[in-house]
Amino acid sequence: MAPSGSLAGQVPELGGVPSADSSGDEVFFPTRASYVSLATALRRVGFITCSDLCAVDYLTHADRPLPAGVQPARFEVVVNLLSHAEARRVRLRVMVPEDDPVCPTLFSVYPGTENMEREAYDLMGIRFTGHPDPSRILMPEDWEGHPLRRDYGVGRVPVQFKEAPGPR
Amino acid sequence: MNDEHPGELRGDDQATPDPIGGASLRLAAETGEGSQELAPADETSLVELAIEQGGVLRLPESDALDPDAADATFGAGETMILNIGPQHPSTHGVLRMMVELQGETVLRSKPVVGYLHTGMEKTGEELTYVQGATNVTRMDYLSPLHNELVYSLAVEKLLAVEIPPRATWIRMLMCELNRISSHIMWAATNGMDLASTTMMIFGLRERDLVLQFFEKVTGLRMNHNYIRPGGVAADLPDGWEDDVAVVVDTIGARLKDYDELLTGQPIFRERTEGVGVVSAELLLALSATGPILRAAGVPWDLRRSMPYLAYEEVDFDVIVGTSGDCFDRYAVRLNEVRESIRIVRQILEKMPSGDYRSEDKKVTPPARARINESMEALIHHFKLFTRGIEPPEGEVYVAVESPRGELGCYLVSDGSNRPMRMHIRAPSFANLQAVPAMLRDGLIADLIAILSSVDPVLGDVDR
Repeated sequence: MAPSGSLAGQVPELGGVPSADSSGDEVFFPTRASYVSLATALRRVGFITCSDLCAVDYLTHADRPLPAGVQPARFEVVVNLLSHAEARRVRLRVMVPEDDPVCPTLFSVYPGTENMEREAYDLMGIRFTGHPDPSRILMPEDWEGHPLRRDYGVGRVPVQFKEAPGPR
Repeated sequence: MNDEHPGELRGDDQATPDPIGGASLRLAAETGEGSQELAPADETSLVELAIEQGGVLRLPESDALDPDAADATFGAGETMILNIGPQHPSTHGVLRMMVELQGETVLRSKPVVGYLHTGMEKTGEELTYVQGATNVTRMDYLSPLHNELVYSLAVEKLLAVEIPPRATWIRMLMCELNRISSHIMWAATNGMDLASTTMMIFGLRERDLVLQFFEKVTGLRMNHNYIRPGGVAADLPDGWEDDVAVVVDTIGARLKDYDELLTGQPIFRERTEGVGVVSAELLLALSATGPILRAAGVPWDLRRSMPYLAYEEVDFDVIVGTSGDCFDRYAVRLNEVRESIRIVRQILEKMPSGDYRSEDKKVTPPARARINESMEALIHHFKLFTRGIEPPEGEVYVAVESPRGELGCYLVSDGSNRPMRMHIRAPSFANLQAVPAMLRDGLIADLIAILSSVDPVLGDVDR
């Protein structure tokens, strides 16, 4: 899908935000502080739906390619916004450091992120400040740990007559 | 819970090489953010109350939620909290609904999910790209081919590999047949929820026609693993044109029976018209997609708006409703079956000949016969199934229109033979957020009709 025009012209908040072209998708790398205001600005120009929000753990792949000016962190919150009028997608990737896995909530801009942020908290352990219902959603309430983190093993079921394989 | 999940099964005990010291301790400390259930109104924060009351109406003009505007006036003791599910025949799987009632009126409601969570995104990181399609196909079990499609498209986008036209058209044929079977299955369960058991039998009967064709093509009725990165697993069997023609002719003719049974039927209309009305603005804000969004009047269908496969080359209409009630959702789906039949008929005419999968030996295995005569083919075969595909580093998001809405796949590759992250944007998971807004101020008797009209598939919600 070819972008129909430069977003930076329509959205002054995008000035100075590092960006990249990822297999034809527009990707921006806002900081945690500017992320909500950037999303608000994008919403103003037609990106009225947040189609997806998820978290990624780059523990085993910290040296990924990033544009200049982006300090890599262990976690990323990845948000896919959709403009129906332009039939266009924009992706935001927000760096979230390991020692402070906290990110402001997008709930006040896109209420549809409620379940998705709960899922990101549940499975990846990123807390969203200001989220109205910061509970686990898929795992049981008393579950320990956040299973989608790369340092959380998958576990194995012991099988009779088969020696348990070593850790991968 | 510890009794049900003994320690030796839990991953954090086994992560012996702890790359970051003390991570496990901190993980434990970060656990327990709050209860998942619906709490009594006086124990709930005003912001949360406002959401549960459908107060998320954050239209473009109003940016911030005003907690003072939330109607929290009803006092304790006048209302009751009723729990429905997770084991309930009408909640389409293991969905649990908690509703707060005042008399027969629903005040607040909250879907509680996770009972079918099997960690498929985590499993996806453990499987190679070649194995991945067997995993994703089990998510949304009523439209397995769409899951395979979105995963395969994402892998192909990472690899930047072209697939032959025949593979594209076979994929489109299978996906449209899958849409027919999924919508008809929905009509069947919706009929059952509204006490029309005849509709259930009709629907299951018609769906079986499609499943029998799937069995002939893929070998299985569900969980096909048919659409794979690089193409499809096998070419269509001889005589497939006749089989498909019989399927669509029969279903097309029997749709008239559905109209007779339900569309004009006064009881059905009474139970669905004006029930569960929700505005397009709210649905867009809540990330809802698919038939429930189209029923509210938004002509948004990824097949038309952001075309993939070869949808640009076939004629079809995007079905749109007007009022966004349960009846419109029914009508949209029923007419989408007709449109899918239209697409399938065009595919029957236009199906190109040629390969059914890419010839790229790094992506698809060589033909079985070649292995016996070519050493190189044997090596490729062996390498593909032991080592697998190794796409370059990168991340992609691909979305397709599944019967339930936007089905997306976010795939992160670190250059190895397994995805570093495989996230599925599940349409049912997002659509469920709209349910409290639909139920608000409705009658408890309408709850089942509304829930059914959203068509949540819990395998898709919980993954």
